[in-house]
Amino acid sequence: MDGGKKKGNSNVVKYNKWGYIFLAPFIIVYSVFQLIPFISTIYYSFFENYRSGLKQIGPNFIALENYKALLANADIWKYTENTFVMWIIGFVPQIVVSLLLASWFSDPSLRIKGQRFFKTVIYLPNLIMAAAFAMLFFTLFADSGPINSMLVQAGILAEPYKFMSNTGSARILVGFMNFLMWFGNTTILLLAGMMGIDTSLYEAAEVDGATSTQIFWRITMPMLRPIFVFVLITSLIGGLQMFDVPQILTNGEGAPDRTTMTLIMYLNKHLFNKNYGMSGALSVILLIVTGILSFAVYRFTTKQESY
Amino acid sequence: MDNRRLKSGVSVTTRRVIAYIVLALVTVLCLFWFYILFINATRSHSDLTRGFTLIPGGNAVANWISLMHSSQPVISGLKNSLIIAISAAVLSTYFSTMTAYAIHAYEFKIKNAMFTFILAVMMIPTQVVALGFINLMGRMKLMDTFIPLIVPAIAAPATFFYMKQYMESTLPMALLEAARIDGSGEFRTFNSIVLPLMKPAIAVQAIFSFVASWNNYFTPALVLTTDKKKTLPILIAQLRSADFLKFDMGQVYMMIAFSIFPVIIVYLILSKNIVGGVSVGAVKG
Repeated sequence: MDGGKKKGNSNVVKYNKWGYIFLAPFIIVYSVFQLIPFISTIYYSFFENYRSGLKQIGPNFIALENYKALLANADIWKYTENTFVMWIIGFVPQIVVSLLLASWFSDPSLRIKGQRFFKTVIYLPNLIMAAAFAMLFFTLFADSGPINSMLVQAGILAEPYKFMSNTGSARILVGFMNFLMWFGNTTILLLAGMMGIDTSLYEAAEVDGATSTQIFWRITMPMLRPIFVFVLITSLIGGLQMFDVPQILTNGEGAPDRTTMTLIMYLNKHLFNKNYGMSGALSVILLIVTGILSFAVYRFTTKQESY
Repeated sequence: MDNRRLKSGVSVTTRRVIAYIVLALVTVLCLFWFYILFINATRSHSDLTRGFTLIPGGNAVANWISLMHSSQPVISGLKNSLIIAISAAVLSTYFSTMTAYAIHAYEFKIKNAMFTFILAVMMIPTQVVALGFINLMGRMKLMDTFIPLIVPAIAAPATFFYMKQYMESTLPMALLEAARIDGSGEFRTFNSIVLPLMKPAIAVQAIFSFVASWNNYFTPALVLTTDKKKTLPILIAQLRSADFLKFDMGQVYMMIAFSIFPVIIVYLILSKNIVGGVSVGAVKG
């Protein structure tokens, strides 16, 4: 298509050293700022290396002891559960609303007007600084904040509800903010997938008298499966990285009683306390999990191309 | 056109009405928070403690002035955020286009291996290599400088991938060969022919890089320690960790508004490109 297949052509060969030259900035910067840190993170995970008061312990090589200590401690499991629960709270409504909106936007018989306006609005929260958004929610949902005063004024609540002091409401707030920040993005991804479905399939189904519900479940969903899996797994990877929102909302404490503490908040704590061994081991575990999930994405997207 | 057939009892009109009602609710759900933020940023502390109203107050200027004179270095925070985000956006788009061009336009030995490598590392989260990153920056004496927050933008796998996809659809090799015949050097061809052709993609990615860098909290919080060098997200976090109930709430809201509204305004101006850009990446991704 682009006429670029000129492998044997000697005329072109002399230009090809430019491939290396143009690639050099990426390779150099990537090696220094990503690859070396990547390797040294793994390296650090095998050493005992932390501060205890003013005393520096280590670095002593202790092989897998950090991993053993980390996995034997109940904390990591608790934080994994927290992270997963808050991800689910955000993801389920996100996927439901996104599917609904995307199927409406792409439905030619509905002819929804003002699509650009709606897309602009639903994508907006994605660009907001998560730290500022979390701070905003913290002030709005504070015990004496506007949401409580609104609910009390309207007579819905007799007295202010302590959103930040109850596990359920604190987790729901985090999940809800994740939902708000990501459903617009998901809608646009799913919509792009739906627009890619061959319209003749829909026409054939309509001729056969299929209802819109049947069309959605029998045509849209199966055709959308690759994008759907992509959205699911990338969202899960994003969920593993959940940090800004719960960190700011709870001031890094995961209040109440560390039930909103995520894995990256835990990592951040170790990094600030300069516990290199433990943060190394935690990083490597997160890396492996992310790697497995990414591989799943890769498998699905490459399969998609073979269609 | 309006004689659309009934589908299992639910007419198109009914479905359309339901769709518009839900869309209206979703719109309110998205904008409500920013509306309250706007209202509260214009009200005084004593107003705010008295309860909530839907009408803006008259205290915006006073809140602004008190924010400018507060203990928080907001102006330097804004300046630092801008310097870092703009530099990162420029470096990221320029060099990602260059990397994509290297893979797209030339045939060389490690080409396919490099392409696979970049795709493979695309998903690695920055947080999980933070330990090694912070240590290395410490050894290179780069802690508490902007360099660790700007220079890594040169190697941005996701931006590279977008540029590569865009290039495949817009950059004919014949054009580059014509440039060669006209005696244009490879570097000049890249700067004066490839870059202008890539402008739409560069614009989209520049916005995304800018926003990502502007909103970034994790890495800057680990790197920057001097008050005067801190970026806005770090200042927000400091505001949260201070005993903030003693603060002037009008000023607190003004500070949040100060970090959020600039991005909203830029977004509204450029929304067409941004929303389009998301789905272009999606189809290919």
